[in-house]
Amino acid sequence: MLELKNIYFQAADRDILHDVSLQIADNRFVVITGPNGSGKTTLARLIMGIEKPSQGQIIFNGQDITDLGITERARLGLSFAFQQPVRFKGLTVTDLISLAAGTDKKLSTAEVCEYLSEVGLCARDYVNREVDGKLSGGELKRIEIAGLLARGDQTKLAVFDEPEAGIDLWSFNNLIEVFTNLRTQSAASIIVISHQERILAITDELIVLSGGQIASQGKRETILPQLINIDYKYSCKGGARND
Amino acid sequence: MTKQLDGITRNLLTAVADLHDTPSGAYNLRLNGQSGGRRSTTNIQITTKEDKPGIDVHIKPGTVNESVHIPVVLSESGLTETVYNDFYIGEGADVIIVAGCGIHNGGADKAEHDGLHRFFVGRGARVRYIEKHYGEGDGSGQRIMNPHTVAELAPDSYLEMETVQIKGVDSTIRRTDAILQNGATLVVKEKIMTHGNQLAETHFNVEMNGAGAACSVSSRSVAAGQSQQIFCSNIVGNAPCNGHSECDGIIMDSAKISAIPEIVANHLDASLIHEAAIGKIAGEQILKLQTLGLTEAEAEAQIISGFLK
Repeated sequence: MLELKNIYFQAADRDILHDVSLQIADNRFVVITGPNGSGKTTLARLIMGIEKPSQGQIIFNGQDITDLGITERARLGLSFAFQQPVRFKGLTVTDLISLAAGTDKKLSTAEVCEYLSEVGLCARDYVNREVDGKLSGGELKRIEIAGLLARGDQTKLAVFDEPEAGIDLWSFNNLIEVFTNLRTQSAASIIVISHQERILAITDELIVLSGGQIASQGKRETILPQLINIDYKYSCKGGARND
Repeated sequence: MTKQLDGITRNLLTAVADLHDTPSGAYNLRLNGQSGGRRSTTNIQITTKEDKPGIDVHIKPGTVNESVHIPVVLSESGLTETVYNDFYIGEGADVIIVAGCGIHNGGADKAEHDGLHRFFVGRGARVRYIEKHYGEGDGSGQRIMNPHTVAELAPDSYLEMETVQIKGVDSTIRRTDAILQNGATLVVKEKIMTHGNQLAETHFNVEMNGAGAACSVSSRSVAAGQSQQIFCSNIVGNAPCNGHSECDGIIMDSAKISAIPEIVANHLDASLIHEAAIGKIAGEQILKLQTLGLTEAEAEAQIISGFLK
């Protein structure tokens, strides 16, 4: 179980997150949504340890991980898919997927193909390609997600930061399938930062962030209908509000 | 091999030429300034130069799927040598040439190997040339290598050069001069890593004199510690041709990298491009690999080894 207790995060003298507390139980699918600038990505990065909170505690499976680094959190079972996948000159898709799998040796082409096929990439075209600027944003995004899948049983909690950003409609259908499969085949909890209605539609729980605070939180059936009103509030002049 | 090889020599041969035993095909081993073994084949003749140290390698026209290994090993401290090797590649041949120099310096004196390799690539011939430089030994003497390559490419010929210097060479100045005739292609892939107080300089001068000539010179380098690297390329288009040079450098610690590109178009239809990028390892690359469970040091090592692969 993941628990955030009274999390604050400031940057450039501005409150990005303000007293955020939440719990995510085991084997749950949770979507964190909210308008641009509401602090969603910051919250995801705090969970992975990429950012450190100004105040508050993060507890994972009973252990206080607030002061642990990214590597230590990854080894405890946290996995993360970046909103903007990182490019590497020289590292191939096979290299990256192998590192994600955590094996001492490189995965075979067949093994890499398995993960790439899950994200809808014609695998043999990609295994030896470098994860660099020659790949499109959509391709990089799918490889990023394949990397998370390759972590397999190491993952106890997967965090996807806006997985739909930059991918086309075809890939999007595939993405929904990835989440559905992940739910059925893995005991890991899944946190997805998303605006996408179709991702919101398959979640167990919804957390709505607004102006760095939790505006509402609960079962999808309860929260989703309320979002229309919340959306109205978001569209006020000035964008995200600190209310 | 002809001579009994000791452990140090075997290690150096493995490092520079991936050789664990006598290579198949033609070879010439130079061991501490002397011949350590040689084999010519029907199509590839290796002969000793009479006027200066070095060899001539004659590859008959039409020779395909054959290779020549010409590794050099220096394991005696204080040895300094300059070697002149000429390669005559006959028309339509398609061969691999593996050179390389390994220095083990366990003493206080410098050990230096300088070489001039000249390639005369015949019409329509294809050559893949692989050259690795490697140094080791805990002596205080410097390990120095200064290779100079001259290539003359006849019409429609192709020369690919892969040069690698990853470890242990204190000082190197590499020069490559090439002249390309009609339809000839030169591809250079250079990889260098320097540590400590090492110095590595590379100079490429390519003249494309024939229509349809093409060249691609790319350098990937990592400079760590206090080391210094200088990359100079001068690509000249004297005819309708395509030229591309690229320098990609990762800088670490207090190291320095200079990229000094020059492209000269002397013909309206010469199309020349240079790209250069030097910078430290992107922080987000380290973060990404840390999210996969690697430590910062492991992430850095993976990024560098991928970059120099």
